[in-house]
Amino acid sequence: MDDISVGQIFVSAVLANNFVLAMFLGLCPFLGVSGKLNTAAPMGAATTFVMLVASLCAFGLNWLVVHFQLEFLRLISYIVVIASAVQLVEMVLKKYSPALFRSLGIYLPLITTNCAVLGVALFQTAREYSFIQALTFAAGAGTGFTLALVLMAGLRERLNLAKVPNVVQGTALSLMLAGTLSLAFMGFAGLGAGE
Amino acid sequence: MAIPGQKELTYLEEFMEGIWKQNPVFVMVLGMCPTLAVSVSAVNSLSMGLATAFVLVCSTLLVSLIRKLVPKEVRIATYIVIIATFVTVVDYLIQAISLALYEALGAFIQLIVVNCIILGRAEAHASKNPPFRTVVNALGMGIGFSIGLFALGSVREILGAGKLFGIPLFGPDFQPWVVMVLPPGGFFVLGAWLLLFNWLSSRKGGLERVEPVEGHVHG
Repeated sequence: MDDISVGQIFVSAVLANNFVLAMFLGLCPFLGVSGKLNTAAPMGAATTFVMLVASLCAFGLNWLVVHFQLEFLRLISYIVVIASAVQLVEMVLKKYSPALFRSLGIYLPLITTNCAVLGVALFQTAREYSFIQALTFAAGAGTGFTLALVLMAGLRERLNLAKVPNVVQGTALSLMLAGTLSLAFMGFAGLGAGE
Repeated sequence: MAIPGQKELTYLEEFMEGIWKQNPVFVMVLGMCPTLAVSVSAVNSLSMGLATAFVLVCSTLLVSLIRKLVPKEVRIATYIVIIATFVTVVDYLIQAISLALYEALGAFIQLIVVNCIILGRAEAHASKNPPFRTVVNALGMGIGFSIGLFALGSVREILGAGKLFGIPLFGPDFQPWVVMVLPPGGFFVLGAWLLLFNWLSSRKGGLERVEPVEGHVHG
């Protein structure tokens, strides 16, 4: 996988293979936290940060696991390390930046069960990215996630003022909206490095 | 152990809970993240559903068996490790049974770990109920989930490729709706199913609409 440039990986992860809109990862926070613009952006930033940490850990772990030929432990070790990393980030934030910690609140620990984070770790392993490539991939995935979240939040804020039939209210409407957004992102399909 | 103030369900009711009243896909809207992506065909989504059901039944059984041994503080971590273990088993199992299927599902099999139905069931049901009751409930949930995924996958395959289980349905003149097998199709089809269920429940008032609070927070 040395032939793919760093820029290509980044653009592909942000636009063409957007984690939320093209790969359906991290849908739950996408539908849950995208109600307001001012919670969507911090959530995106926190997830991006955890993705970078997870990517870093996964790269080291993968090397260890392959070195000792314990491939069957890969998934278990990933999930445990991601969970501990989130815990660690939480503790550091609480100590050094209580304001930020408070504004993120409950969302921070819940990032552990965000499939986009585990997705980053698993995909970078499956595609055999180098260290730099893996970090770029994580940064791109996080940016893409934030972008999708912010776009969706903007749309939903506007939608609150619109008149819709009762039956359509709620998740069904959000999904239709997400589908339309995803359709728009299909336009970027030619940009990426592909699967 | 019954929740106070709530009637103990019979085993049949417990089983039907997941299939109809609290269907994970249509009513609770849980665990879509790794599964929408593979629901492009009936075969893919059915095997993903069965794999998830297997992990669900095995891990909730184990959680229920050890529910009195696990300290409260580390229970989520314990559940996650148990789930990850069974997902690894399924991962290798699918690889052994059908390599083509394994390649089609890819990393999404491993993503069953963060499927919120499993953790949700382990936390909400298995940690409070005896093993047999848990297995009955998990079986219902697993089957309900598979049915939901199958409904999603078959619609996408019929419209997007004009086939079901790879068998052409409409003859050579059919123009496939390519968008249905692309990512937007997944959102649209799930949205349409939810609409249908909303409409049915608003007409009959029979189906209890549970607001998917859990689904909004878990991955």
